[in-house]
Order: sequence, then structure tokens, then C-alpha cells
Amino acid sequence: MRTAVITFPASNCDRDAAVALRKVTGVKPVMVWHRDTELPKDIEFVIIPGGFSYGDYLRCGAMASRSPIVADLVKKAKKGLAIAGFCNGFQVLTEAGLLPGALMRNKGLKFVCRPEKLEIINNTSRYTAKYNDQSEVIYPVAHHDGNYYANKETLNKIEGQGQVIFRYKDNPNGSVNDIAGICNEGGNVFGMMPHPERAIDPMHGGTDGIKLFKSIIESI
Amino acid sequence: MSKKVKITPEVVAEHGLSEEEYEVILDRLGREPNINELGIFSVMWSEHCSYKSSRRHLSKFLTKGDRVIQGPGENAGVIDIDDGDAIIFKMESHNHPSYIEPYQGAATGVGGIMRDVFTMGARPIALMNALRFGEHSHWKTKQLVNGVVAGIGGYGNCVGVPTVGGETNFHKGYNGNILVNAMCVGLARTDKVFYSAAKGVGNPIFYVGSKTGRDGIHGATMASAEFDDNSEEKRPTVQVGDPFTEKLLIEACLELMETDAIIAIQDMGAAGLTSSSIEMADKGGVGVLINLDDVPQREEGMTPYEMMLSESQERMLMVIKPGKEKLAYEIFEKWELDVALIGKTTDTGRLVLKHKKKKVCDIPIAPLADDAPNLNRPYKVPKSLPIINSSDIHETQDYNDALLRIMGSPDICSKRWIWEQYDRHVMTDTLDSSQSGGDAAIIRIHNKNKAVAITTDCTPRYVQADPYQGGKQCVAETWRNLTCVGADPIAITDCLNFGNPEREDIMGQFVGAIEGMNEACRAFDYPVVSGNVSLYNETNGVAIPPTPAVGGVGLIPDLEYFSSISGAKEGDTLIMIGETNGWLGSSIYLREILRREDGAPPPVDLDVEKINGDYIRKLIRNKRVNAVHDCSDGGMAIAACELALTNNIGVHLQRSSGCPLHAWLFGEDQARYLISVEKNSVNPILTTAEDRGVKAYIVGKVGGMNIKAEGAFDLPISTVREKHENFLPELMS
Repeated sequence: MRTAVITFPASNCDRDAAVALRKVTGVKPVMVWHRDTELPKDIEFVIIPGGFSYGDYLRCGAMASRSPIVADLVKKAKKGLAIAGFCNGFQVLTEAGLLPGALMRNKGLKFVCRPEKLEIINNTSRYTAKYNDQSEVIYPVAHHDGNYYANKETLNKIEGQGQVIFRYKDNPNGSVNDIAGICNEGGNVFGMMPHPERAIDPMHGGTDGIKLFKSIIESI
Repeated sequence: MSKKVKITPEVVAEHGLSEEEYEVILDRLGREPNINELGIFSVMWSEHCSYKSSRRHLSKFLTKGDRVIQGPGENAGVIDIDDGDAIIFKMESHNHPSYIEPYQGAATGVGGIMRDVFTMGARPIALMNALRFGEHSHWKTKQLVNGVVAGIGGYGNCVGVPTVGGETNFHKGYNGNILVNAMCVGLARTDKVFYSAAKGVGNPIFYVGSKTGRDGIHGATMASAEFDDNSEEKRPTVQVGDPFTEKLLIEACLELMETDAIIAIQDMGAAGLTSSSIEMADKGGVGVLINLDDVPQREEGMTPYEMMLSESQERMLMVIKPGKEKLAYEIFEKWELDVALIGKTTDTGRLVLKHKKKKVCDIPIAPLADDAPNLNRPYKVPKSLPIINSSDIHETQDYNDALLRIMGSPDICSKRWIWEQYDRHVMTDTLDSSQSGGDAAIIRIHNKNKAVAITTDCTPRYVQADPYQGGKQCVAETWRNLTCVGADPIAITDCLNFGNPEREDIMGQFVGAIEGMNEACRAFDYPVVSGNVSLYNETNGVAIPPTPAVGGVGLIPDLEYFSSISGAKEGDTLIMIGETNGWLGSSIYLREILRREDGAPPPVDLDVEKINGDYIRKLIRNKRVNAVHDCSDGGMAIAACELALTNNIGVHLQRSSGCPLHAWLFGEDQARYLISVEKNSVNPILTTAEDRGVKAYIVGKVGGMNIKAEGAFDLPISTVREKHENFLPELMS
């Protein structure tokens, strides 16, 4: 199975995402440059990695969401391509309109990096199906702008349709309804601020992240 | 500043040059310099660039060793960690700018030290920082802590290099001069290390990175003078950083380094284009011709003087192999970086600058380096403070209170508020960091079964009390910290922060500390491979406590065998490796409980350090220990508390020696390690210790949920944790 990781200028978790994909699929993902206008053929799962694309200038994820490769992702997402964005990737997905809501500056105004306990709200999603035997995971967070916001109408909709996948147990950033990760209506596009790719090795202090990758890979 | 500026004695003095130095310039040029040339001599001969007060003393350091590929003199030091892998590292100060503009000063300190490392072909894999602030209650401290921490995080987080450890102290001695020392560790291949010597004539010189602006002009000169009440007016000389450009520079340079296009490369750090071009030319024995009109400029109408002295950040200079220009352009344009061909190497041995078709500078390069002042400043090494007998030091009547006060004191408290603002996990090879409260950070070598251990240390109060013993102690503590995680200590970098070297006593602190450090380096075969000196850390004549910060790097050759402060288990026995005599002079107990800062610091016996450390490493390799923690600030009581907090399990200490109880608990005798071991390992450990001449004593056990010491304190972990965790958040709220 072919997977891909997008690299923007100042993406900095692109290698980490690639390591995780390789570990789970056994195959190196294709690294795709932000200026490419089209994904390589037969890509079935794409990660938009964490980092500070375009230095977070203007707004986190805003400039990356206007890049040539994201235009192609938007087209393919509508046809059902599986796309996950972690941290900055989540910001890019909301800026691109592929996921509802927006990420604002953390409530405490400071960058926060710590292992975070998350509650799995929906373990029937394509990204969480493998977590059938557990209701909580620990993934690290590391962000300055992870305060998720959506208006009431949108919130009601995503909460009602099972699009809220993860919630923080101890909200680090002020996110509304403690939301940590969501998917789109089709369930193929997923974004979260925490970093599952930083929890895939016992030496990381935990391997809770592996099942997230396994879930989506096996769903394809 | 136009070239018509008349060179008066006032202008010379404003450039920080002495009359004698100016005479040398006149002699070497055979004429009066123009303002551009004067500016260039001024920065090259500044304390910051020329090390004129320190050079002769630094040359005493042990700088060679089996694993040393490159010692001091390049952008950073290079060591061999087997399998064709090299570690490139250095620590550097950014003190003066950080005091004036904390966010940008600290951020650009991080940026600068990273450039020193990737310039040599290494991908940065870890950042550390050693910070010293004024008294916590001083009106300026909170603002400085906020700005410095945000600046370090803002830069390192964006670039995507984990900030994995460091240390933070508070003392009134830093009220007017904070210290921001940043360390970067990078990974390269031993056959792909890049140097700065610009070899060959007629080779193109490329400028890459941010455009040159008017920021940071004379930053190096600022760092070579004392502060006074008007220092904040120096804000315009503080540079502004852009981590986004730095990240692109790292990727672009590493990509170009994969090819064979680069002859020499140098970052533009202090004194910008001036020092980078001169260093490259001097090391390569060539001349340089630069056409300043081709330098990418951020502002209109910049003069040659401004361009040469600007310290705009995120800029690199490189000499490219003829014929490889197109390749270089392609890579830099891919990363959307400004790139320009600004000159070439020549056979003249001179630095020639052209601007608007006129020659605006023409000076011989050799004197800029060779004739740089090398002062033999008078010095008087201060005598050690007198030894205080521990039985003459008042015993606390309330041990619970004393323990809580120390655990919640500015230097000992949890620094979570700081390190939670740093991304410690990016690159996913961080195996241990500040998060554990352990002794050294552990960073795995990507895709390999080995790791490097990294630590920074300095105990300024010891150096203040006795520069020589204090100097030894700084090096010994890093060696001990690396040992605690099972690493073989390899080499150090240092950042020597002192006051005004023109004062005999300050110069004496400097010389004494170096002597002590060097002795420790030699005893451990633990060379200095890079470093920096920061002098003139004084305000209105008051100097900082002498602070020779040391950054140590070690190798964990097999990830099957390493250790940390984590891992202590219910039922474990606590053993203290090393003798406890209860040394309270210059201790945390004396300072925090009795408000006294006196007494000789604990002596460091390097032979004992060596056998104790070697034994600890052997125990770790034999998997005999569950947890190891260095016994340092605050003594055994604090080491035991930290072990208990990290593992969330109680400890129970029982006195093992005849020294007074408060001295036994809080004494800061050196060469000690607290280890937590299974019951059935106790006897073998004690027996082997005896055979090796290592002192080892059972000092307590692990279990329950209280931290207690027989006849002294008894507190729930939660109470101690609260005190330990709350200090900084409360201070900063």
C-alpha cells in the first residue's frame, strides 16, 4: 500500500510521520513536496505532518492551505482519499476547509509540550477502530495554537454525527468541548493536535499511537 | 556613515580600540584606515571575536583525545561516536542581548549556536540551555524569564529540534546581567564534516539566507563592554531572529552538503560578513574580493560599513567549487532562500571590498587574525573561603520545614514551567529529557541502537568561593551526570561567563577556574572541543558570580544498557556510592536555611571521582541498578526527594555515618551517586565496591508514599511535590 507525507517549508514532523508509516506498513512513504501539483499515483493515505509551515506566518496553516499540493488534496478528499493532519497538519486541514472549525492560540498563551491523556469518544471511526479494547490513550502534545473552536451550530453537528474522535482529559489549550481530534463527515479526513507519531516506540514512553495508524491503514 | 568620516582619536576610541592597537593598525596598513577598515579592525579585535584576554589561558586546555576529530578553532567541536557517526557540538553565550531584549536575544542565541553546528555538516538533534537570572524577587526577573523562555522555545520549536535539558539558577549576582547559554548537538558522518578554510584561488563565494539589514551593528562590540544604567539604549544592536529561514537554511545546506559542491562554509555570526569572510580567508591562506553591491540587502542605501558590521541573522557564506554554481542556485532556490554570488577568493592575501565601483576597503588579512591583541592581563586568583566545620553550623530545629523550603527554593524547585514550553519530543529520538528530572538527556542516534547523553552544569557558588575547586567541580559534575545514565563521557564544550577581565580579581577567577577545569579534564581524559568566553558581565562595576558553564557529551554504545533516575521500585535498597562527610560550606542548606553564603566549597578528589564513576557505569552495564541519581545541590536529602518524586514512591533514609544528622542529609560531598537496587544485589554491590576501593553504604530503602529520614523529616510525597512544583508557576503568574 502506498502512503505519502507532505513537506512544506518548515514542516518539522515530516520525518517522524514517515518513520511511523514505515513502522506500520513496512514500506517507506513517498515524500511529496508542497509545490507539486498532484499526488503521485496510487497513494491511498496521506499525512500532513506537524511543524511550522511557512513559519506560522499570517496564521498557522493558512499559507500551506493555499499551496499547489493542498489544492489537489482538497479535490481527492472529496473523492474519499484518507488524509490525516497532526498538529500543524490539523491547522492546515481546517484552513483548507477540509475539517470544520479553527485552531486559535492556547488559552494560557504559551507553547505547551507534555504527554496528554485523551479519551477516545468514537472508536468506530476509520482512525480508531483498533482501539476497541481501550478508552484512553496518551499522546504528547506540543503546540502554541491548539485551542479548537467551532461555532455552536458546527459543534452540534460534529458532536451529533460522531465526528468528535478524541477529547482531552485535562484540556491543555482551552479547546471547546475539550476537543482534541475530529474527522469530516465522510470519515476519511482526520485531524488532531496531539502527536500519535510520538507514541509508537516503548522508548518514547508509550506505544498508544500505533493503533491509530493501524486503524486507518487497515480500513483501506 | 560615509567614507568621508575623519578618523579622530574619538572615533578610534568609540570603536573600542586602544591607542596601542590603533598604532598597530597604522603600521600594518602603512596609512590611515578609512572608516570601513577601522570598523573591521574594531570588531575583529573586540574581546568577543579575538579572545584577547582569554586566549593564552584557553590554550592550556586538554583539547585532544582518541575520539576528538576537531577541537576548538572551528565553528564547533567534532567527536567520533563509532560506525562512521560524528557528534558536533558547542555551547555559546547570548548574555548581553538577552538582558536588553530577552525574547530576541535568547532566540538568536539558539539560532546562532545551531548554525555553528549545521555549518559543519551536522543535522542538529538536540538543544540545551543554561540560564542564570537575578533574584526571583527582583522587579525585572519575571519579565526576563518570560522573554528568554519564550524566545528559546519560539526558535527551537519552530526549527524542529528538541530542547531536551539544561539548568536554571536565580541569584542576586545576576540582577544586572543574566546569562543565556545555549548548546546545540548535531549528528554528522565522519567523512562529511565541513570546515571553514577557503582553499583555492578564483573560487566563487556565495551568500545564502536572509537579506542584510541594519540590525545588530556592533553587537560584538556591545558584548565586549560592561553595562551601565543606559544599557537599554543598546536595543537597536540586538538582532532579530527568524526561525523559519533558519529551518530552510538547515535543509538547504544539508541538501547541498550531500553533493560535493562545497569547498568551505561559515555562518555569519558575531561581526557578520566581516568575521566570516576573514576567518575563511585566513584559514585557507587566500585573499577575498567582495562586491558589496551584490549582497542581498533589506534596506535601501546601506553603506559598506553597515553591511560589513551588520549581524542580521540566518546568513551563511560559502565557497563553491567552480562549475557547481548552478547546482547551488537550484537547491537554494528550491528552498526559497536569497542566494547571491558576491565575490571570489584571490591570491592577494587581502580583503578587498568594492561598492558602487569604488574600492572601499583593502587590508591584509593575516594581521587581522595574527596581530590580534593577545593580552597578558594581570590576575590574582582569589583564595578559597575558609573551611567551616559542619558541627559549627546550626542544625535546623524543624527538618520538615527545612526540606520543604529547599525543595521549593528557586534553584531546586521544579522547572516544569520552563521546559513545558519547549518541544522535547520532535524528531522522536528523545529517550530522556528534563521531563524525568534526571541527570542527563538521552538522544538516540536515528535508526541505531545507541544514543548520546547530554548535560550542562555549573555551580557558580562554588566557583565564587574557590575558583579552582569550583572549576574542577563543574567538569566533574557533568562527567558524573553522564555516568548516571550509563554513558561513557567523551568531551565537553564550555561557556565561560565572567566579569570585567581588566580587574585583577575577575581575571584571577577566570584563570583559577580554567586551571581547575583543565585538571578535571585531564584526570577524566575528557577534552574541551569547543566553547566560548563571555566577559564584561558587569553592571555599574558589579560582576556576576563566576559561571563557567560546562556542556558534557557521552556515548551510550548499546541501548540495552542505560539507566536514569526512573526505575526505583518498592522494596529497593538505597545505596550511596561515595563517602558522606557532611560538607556544608557553600551548600544549599547554608544559603536557603541559614541565609549564609560562605565557607569553602566541597573539595573534588578526581581520583575518587574516577573510581566511583567507573564503578557506577559497570553496575549499569551489569544491570545491577534500578535507578541512579547524582548527589549534588542540597545533598543526599534532595537527591532522595528527587528520586521519590520522579518515581512517585516513598524513600526512607537511615543515617550511615557518624557526622551530624543535618550535615549527613544536606552535605554536598562530591563524587557521590544515590542508587536504588534490588535487595539481592546489595551484597554483591557492597563487596565489589570494597574490592575496587569504592566507598558504598546502605542509606535507606524505597517504599511507601512518604519521604522520611530517621530523626529528621517525614512528609507525604504529595506535600513535597506541591512545594516543588508550585514555586515557579506562582512566581510567573
